[in-house]
This record gives sequence, structure tokens and C-alpha cells, in this order.
Amino acid sequence: MSSNDGDIVIRAEGLVKSFKGFRAVDGLDLTIERGMIYGFLGPNGCGKTTAMRMLTGLLTPTEGTVEVLGLSVPKDAETLKYKIGYMTQAFSLYGDLTVLENLNFMATIYGLPSKRKKQRIAEVMVRYELSELGDRFAGKMSGGQRQRLALATAVLHEPQLLFLDEPTSAVDPESRRHFWEQLFDLVDGGTSIVVTTHFMDEAERCHKIAIMEAGQKRADGAPKDLMAAMGANVVEIEGPNLREIRRRLLGTEGIITAAQLGARLRVLVRDDIADPEAFLKNKDETNGATLIEKVRPNLEDVFVTATGEGRQ
Amino acid sequence: MIRPLSRISAIFFKELSQLRRDRMTFGMVIMIPLIQLILFGYAINTNIRDIPVAVVDHSQTGLSRILIQMVEATRVVKVTERLTSIEEAETAIKAARVRAAFILPDDLSQRVARSPAANLGTPPSTDEETSRPVAQWIVDGSDTMIAGAIKSLRNMPLAELNRQAPNRSTPTFEVALFFNPEQRTAINIVPGLVGIILTMTMIMFTSAAIVRERERGNMEMLINTPVRPIELMIGKIIPYIFIGLLQTVIILGLGHLLFNVPFGDKIFDLFVGTLLFIGASLSLGLVLSTIAQSQLQATQMTVFVLLPSILLSGFMFPYEGMPVVAQYIAEAFPATHFMRMIRGFVLRDAGLLELHRDVLWMCGFFVLGMIVAAFRFKKRLD
Repeated sequence: MSSNDGDIVIRAEGLVKSFKGFRAVDGLDLTIERGMIYGFLGPNGCGKTTAMRMLTGLLTPTEGTVEVLGLSVPKDAETLKYKIGYMTQAFSLYGDLTVLENLNFMATIYGLPSKRKKQRIAEVMVRYELSELGDRFAGKMSGGQRQRLALATAVLHEPQLLFLDEPTSAVDPESRRHFWEQLFDLVDGGTSIVVTTHFMDEAERCHKIAIMEAGQKRADGAPKDLMAAMGANVVEIEGPNLREIRRRLLGTEGIITAAQLGARLRVLVRDDIADPEAFLKNKDETNGATLIEKVRPNLEDVFVTATGEGRQ
Repeated sequence: MIRPLSRISAIFFKELSQLRRDRMTFGMVIMIPLIQLILFGYAINTNIRDIPVAVVDHSQTGLSRILIQMVEATRVVKVTERLTSIEEAETAIKAARVRAAFILPDDLSQRVARSPAANLGTPPSTDEETSRPVAQWIVDGSDTMIAGAIKSLRNMPLAELNRQAPNRSTPTFEVALFFNPEQRTAINIVPGLVGIILTMTMIMFTSAAIVRERERGNMEMLINTPVRPIELMIGKIIPYIFIGLLQTVIILGLGHLLFNVPFGDKIFDLFVGTLLFIGASLSLGLVLSTIAQSQLQATQMTVFVLLPSILLSGFMFPYEGMPVVAQYIAEAFPATHFMRMIRGFVLRDAGLLELHRDVLWMCGFFVLGMIVAAFRFKKRLD
């Protein structure tokens, strides 16, 4: 790794992956810096898993170049495997082996010397609360326990870079919270993390995200910056007949989208309209609204403006 | 050098743990050789005896009854029906109640008197009457082994009919039977059974080995580790090598106890030969496993390979009897070479040197199989 690249863990240019003519990833450029959690946010089928698989060398790019930790992928993929950890979307450890056997298997596969192996297994078992579960079969554990085991095996060999493919889709909110705390501990210890997700709250925890749609990157940056530069203002409307108001508003000039959240209608107004509150109040379509107020945008708003019909 | 060994051992211990918990498979490892040895050891017999036959006796004389008793005394056939007409006999054969019918004509006494087989001292004549056989067999010839057994009665001596000592004619050739003078079928079957059972279990176990990882969803994790394809292949077959050796010990040990089949003096050669065959069969299974997309497909492919490799191996039907093309096909299967090898080691006291062609071929098959399997196994998803 050359010295001026010291802070870049992943650099990808013009990445394309075609499956029989279908472009699952279509011209992706990425620069991911060391020591952060980088998230791919997007719906199912947007190409985020395919992109991640190209970064780890599991898939050969149809076009484009990838450099991970200074190694060219897929050419040096086998060398890279010692330096990265990978947590698959579906649980992929052995269900008919115990927690300890699974850990032992992975530690041996990565060639940890026996003393180091014992030490590392003991460490991760404590850190990921597996000490009581050593003799349990992995296939008989709960979603949260399996996820902790999967993370423990992925970091056994102390990778510099960790790839997590939708790591929390099978666990409860409590486990998810806890899991993210553990990810920040890893980052604190110097690990860089790339994660895919379709949860907004999860994406919001990332240092930086890329919003993906149809194989392309629609936006990227820190969630806060993305919200600031969204190109839309968010206005919430309260009142009776919200469904009716929504129907009337959709498709009118200046309105990007409108979606109901409980007793409120959340409307995205294009930011070339100077005073969105007044703009909406003056519209006939909002007759009957009891409250119209501008609110702080969230990541879902960013996602909606960046993708789908909201995309400018 | 440490890392490849460590990775192979990781795969090996993982397979061992999984195998240990798979009670069904583990049971099969022991039960397949045990049951099949006992079953086939007793059941398969090429010395055919007591074939059920019908008798149609048009002569109804003391002579005809003695002739029937003489035929029964050979133990080749057993009279189960007495019928009155040839039509009835044909019906009985068609209905498979009997496999043959023995037809004694009404002029039996005259025919016997003129028959040279009766040894009555009548000078051989060119007279047509004299050369006529004394009775007729009609046989269900569809099974060549049954037909052959009854054909062996064709030249039965008839001297005893006249209370004479059987004539002591000198045979044209003397035949000395080496290695199995008592002509016991088990001697040939039991060593061959080692080949059959190893072919079956070894290919079956490994044909599922790789595709199972895929089907159970472990593949994505596995190919993300630094393990190399050849290390994965080697680690996966080692447990089965021990299983194969265990099965060989069960079959040959039990064969010795129950059927008195010798071990031969070439224990080392036997060990090496068996090891090579196990390796060749396992590598064949691995290749199948890299082709199959599911465990069901793997099983189907195993059956597809299994049948020809057993039927052409020479286990039941002599290799020499096959047409040349079939012999070439048979040569491709490790089972054919092993059948030759193990019968050589156990029965003929042959060694690896005498059978070096089979040994070399087996080595080549093993190495090629491993390379092909490793080459076909891609650490990529596309």
C-alpha cells in the first residue's frame, strides 16, 4: 500500500457486474476510508450484496477495478482473505457443530497458532457473550445468539476490514442495538467496517453511507450531510382526511412525495420553493389541515428523494 | 507448510464431528458391509442345485422310474411335478412352476438298450436308431446358467441302469483347479464384495460432500476463508479413508469367520491396494459432487456410475466374457481394477508387483480425480 493511500481501505472505479445481460451493479465508484462504518443502503435487489461480493473477491467484476487494503481484487483475493472478515446474510456456520467447534474450525482454517487460537477464542467468547453457550449446537440457538457467533467467528483472525451483509435482518431490536455497540467497539479498536442494510435507523448509525438503487449509487456521504443537502424540505400536516389530502397533493407541482406516519402526513417539498409551509398552506389541496409545520429531515426522506420516483 | 496442514486438519476434524453426529450414516458404515456380506455370502451361488422340473413319463416302466431317480440323484434337478403330456409340461414352464421338463418316450427301453451310454456292449453302429438319445429335456433357456446346468446332464452315463459299475473312461483333458479347488462361490464372492461395498459407500459419501456445503448454506462462508480447494478435498476424504478400511476389515474378517475365505499372505499389498481403491473411489465421488447442484442430483449421479461399475467389474460376470468395447469401459472404472487386485492378493497370493498395471492405473485415477475435483471447485460465486 502506497503511503498516500494509507487512509483508504477500498477504492473501486467503474464497477459493473452483469448476469446474462442484467446489470446488477452498474458503474459503481467507491472510496472508503479507514476506521469508519460504511453502509450500503438500498432495497432488496439493488445490487448491494453483489457489490460487496465483488469487493471481497467472491464475484469477478464484469468491468472496473477494485483495490481493497492495497490489494487488487480479484487477482489477490486469496491473500486478502487473511485480512478481511465476512459475515454472510444467512447464517452460514455449521448448525450441527457446537459453538466451540465452529470457533475452533474457523480459527484453524485461518491458521492461528494453537496458543493464539485458545486466547482468541476465549476473548471473543467473553466479548460476544458466548461463554455459557460453548457446547450448544449452532443450529439450535436463537437468531441473536447465532448473530453473535457469526460476528465472533468473523473477527477471530482480527481482520483489518469487516464485511457484514445485512447482519441484523434476523434479530430483535434489542439484539440489533447491542450489535451496533459491538461494531463501534471494533471500529474503536481500528477495524474498518462495510455493512449492507435496508433499515434506515441502521444506516443512520453509519459514518458514511451510499444509497443504492438499480445497481447504481444515487447518493453518498455522511447521513447528516446527506440530510442537509437533500434538495427538499420536509413538512408535516395534521388534521382529518389525511388520506384524501395525500391523494390530492401527489403529482402537484413542487411536491416530491407524501407519506402518512400515524396521525401525520409527511410531505417532501422541492427546495426551490422558498417557504414550504406557506406554499402548502396556500394550496387548495390542503384544505381541512389543522397543522402544517416544517420538520427536521431524516434518512428516509433522503432515501426517498434520492431514489424511485422522487429522484430528480 | 504449517498453514495447509492446519487447514486440512480443520476440515478433517469438522467432517469427523459432523459424521459422528449423523447416526444414520454412521450406522450405514457398519451395517452395509455386515448385512450385505451375510446376505450375499450365503445367497449368491453359481453352483446351481435342485432346479424344479416336471417329468412326463410316457414309458411308465421300472426302467423309466430308475432313470428318473438317477437324474434326481445328481442333485442338479428336483422333480416337483409329474405330468402326462408335453403340452402340460410346456404350460408349466411358461407359468414358471418348473424350469424344465424331462420327457421319457414310450420306447425308452429300446433306446436305452441301443445307447452307448448304457454300456451294454453292443458294438457301435452307424445305424440311425442307435445314435438316438434315450430321452429329452425341454428347458426354459432364457437363463443361461439354468440351461447350462441342465446341459451338463446331456452326457450322463447310464451304466448304472443295468446294475453295472459306471465305466471309468479317461477324460480327454485333465483339469487342475488352483486357488478354489472345491469350487465354493463364496471364495470368489467375498473378496469381490469388498470392491462392491467400497464402491457403493465411498462414492455415495463423497458425492454429497461438497454439494452438502452448498445446500446447507455453508459454502459462502467456506469460500470466504483462505482454504484452498485441494486442501478442502483432502480434508474431506481422510475420514472416509478410515471408514473404507474399517469396512474392508469387517468384510474380510467376517468372510474368514463365516465362509472360511483366506486372507492370503499379502497383507501389506492388500492394505496398499485397498487404500488406493478407496482413494480412487473417493476422488470419483468428489468429482461428482462438484458437478451436482443438489444432494438429490448427487445421489442420481452416484447410481448412474454405480451400476455399470458393479456390473462390468467382473464381480458377477467374467470380464473375459464381455465384448471388447465393454472391456474398455470396464477398464475405466476403479472397481474393475480392484476386483482383479483383491482376488489376486487374497486368493492367488499375487503381489503389487504382479498387478502393477492395476496399481498404476488406480494411482493415476486418484491423482487425476483429486486434480479435477479441486480444479472444478471454484472459490467464486460466478
